[in-house]
Amino acid sequence: MSLRRFILKRLLLTVPILFGVSVITFALVHLTPGDPISQMVAENPNVSQAEEAQLRAQYGLDGTLWEQYATWIGNVLSGDFGDVYGSSQSVAGVLISRLPETIALGLFGWVFALVIAIPTGVYAAINKDKFGDTASRIIALSGISIPNFWLGLMLILVGALWLGWWDVGAPRTAVYHPEMLWFLILPGITVGTAAAASIMRVMRTSMAEELNKEYVVAARAKGLPERKIILKHVLRNSMISVVTLAAMLTASIVAGSVVVETVFNWPGLGRELVQAIHGHEINLIMAITLFTGFFIVLANLLADILYAVLDPRIRYD
Amino acid sequence: MSLLEVNDLTVKFYTEEGVVNAVDNLSFSIDRGEKFGVVGESGAGKSVTALSVMRLIESPGHIESGEVLFNGENLLEMSDEEIRSIRGNEIAMVFQDAQTALNPVYTVGEQISETIRHHLGYDETEAKERSIQLLDTVGIPDAESRFSDYPHEFSGGMQQRAIIAMALSCDPDLLICDEPTTALDVTIETKILQEIETLADEFDTAIQLITHDLGVVADVCDRVMVMYAGKPVEKAPVEELYYDPKHPYTVGLMSSIPRIGDERERLQTIPGTMPDLVDLPSGCSFHPRCPYAEESCTRSEPALVDPETGAVATDDDEHVAACLEYTGELTDGLGYEVTVRDSSDDAEVETVAGAKASSAVDTDVPDAGGDRRD
Ligand code: SF4
Repeated sequence: MSLRRFILKRLLLTVPILFGVSVITFALVHLTPGDPISQMVAENPNVSQAEEAQLRAQYGLDGTLWEQYATWIGNVLSGDFGDVYGSSQSVAGVLISRLPETIALGLFGWVFALVIAIPTGVYAAINKDKFGDTASRIIALSGISIPNFWLGLMLILVGALWLGWWDVGAPRTAVYHPEMLWFLILPGITVGTAAAASIMRVMRTSMAEELNKEYVVAARAKGLPERKIILKHVLRNSMISVVTLAAMLTASIVAGSVVVETVFNWPGLGRELVQAIHGHEINLIMAITLFTGFFIVLANLLADILYAVLDPRIRYD
Repeated sequence: MSLLEVNDLTVKFYTEEGVVNAVDNLSFSIDRGEKFGVVGESGAGKSVTALSVMRLIESPGHIESGEVLFNGENLLEMSDEEIRSIRGNEIAMVFQDAQTALNPVYTVGEQISETIRHHLGYDETEAKERSIQLLDTVGIPDAESRFSDYPHEFSGGMQQRAIIAMALSCDPDLLICDEPTTALDVTIETKILQEIETLADEFDTAIQLITHDLGVVADVCDRVMVMYAGKPVEKAPVEELYYDPKHPYTVGLMSSIPRIGDERERLQTIPGTMPDLVDLPSGCSFHPRCPYAEESCTRSEPALVDPETGAVATDDDEHVAACLEYTGELTDGLGYEVTVRDSSDDAEVETVAGAKASSAVDTDVPDAGGDRRD
């Protein structure tokens, strides 16, 4: 199968996946007690019964769950994600304005994770069972075990309160502003640490395994320098399992950013999602969830393509 | 001066089970252009010997002592840099299983070219040209397009040919072939062996052929060393080894050569297994399996001697063996007889059951005699 057909097939596959995601999220959101209208009514006791019913109708919140879902999905398919209740903003507008912040955070977390994990993993594999390996394993284990909200708070404590190098919360500027990029370091490290730790461990294991293979002896027998053997022959083979893991970790980075954005008051989609859940902003919750799902599917697709690029034995099918 | 001279090589592996005496005090030499066979069952120390020559023994293994003189220079004392300039360049290796020796994620062509670029300093295009030419030489059809194939797109035989091309790429003086055909089926085996032989002549390369199969040795080699439990037990020119084996282990190995088209009971192997290299039997390591073992065999360790005189082997001795028989320490002697029979057009050697043991054996000696040594 050609690469193009493979990508096309996988993209088509996202449709049923996103449909499933939307159904489940929709059901969960509606099954939680309370809805935006009751919240408005509670805040303003002067609203009459008739007005409440009219509000419900206006936001498509009357009728059965299935009817509501049908209305919602119909709108989404025609490109309308609805409005944020009680404000004039459209959901799509919020999404677009918050997206750069979230992408910046995720990318930084990713780059941080890879930059830390790959060299450390390689180093640990080469020096297997020596001091450096043991030390890096202990650090990795802590990295996996530490909850990210705690790590975030510690970074704020040290970086902002003790050292005074950063502000306590994200500055209110555009994302590409130097101040904002500087602040990005803290939440970026927080969101990337757990991923760095797991990637490092997989890197170490798979590299150590590859180092025992006969093609390594064969490469040595050819007289190639050790550095070249590691960086050219062994690394590429070890990366194959890392890519698979990295794709799976995308989901955890996304999930992690929800907490981290809240801790650092980072103005991204994750923080928006938490606020949306508090405010029963159904349209917003649905849109962010769908978007996240799409992104994760895309990351996996990317990983599969990369996987086939790294390993010529893999066929697209 | 010999091309390769290994003196008193001892290699140990420090494992959790104990110290493995993989190679013990081993000496041999290979002349320029010579085809030298190393034979023994697995665990005899053949591969360790080969890897030691290239100084590729990895932890927990360690070369304890000895020297490996290549063109008179001790490889074991060279810097890492120096030994690397010899590996793949002057001494090259053909591995047992080509499939695992090739890196699955790079093209076959790239894996050949990189050696050429590294040692000979060729640029990308020159190296590619030479690689294609080599692939063609080793008999890969359509070499030009096969150059950019990945290893998994090659058949087993073709992979092994590619490995041979890779090994020959820098015109080595010595080609170490570690069981080069074990992973292949019989029809391809013969072809590959012939290929190795012709190419070695063409490239004027000496061969150290490691195998468990005496039949393979007979096809290819000039001289043979038989190893058992890390030690050499017999060294001889190939036809002498076949017509006049001196060590009971060699005789045992001959009886286990399978031969197609022979109705008699043939596939008789030496009873028992290779001893534990951590805890070698006392005296002659072969005594637990030797049909002629006597009490003295458990006590004294036989030295390599000239079987005619019983004098300790020197470099000038063509045929040497390590059995107490030749130093007069056995009371009953060795109970096998060697008879040369002629059947069809093959000369055959029959070792007939002797006084103490029954090992009815006959051996294929392909054209080990006259016509190959002209
Ligand atoms: S020394 Fe004894 S045990 Fe060893 S090969 Fe000779 S007869 Fe057999």
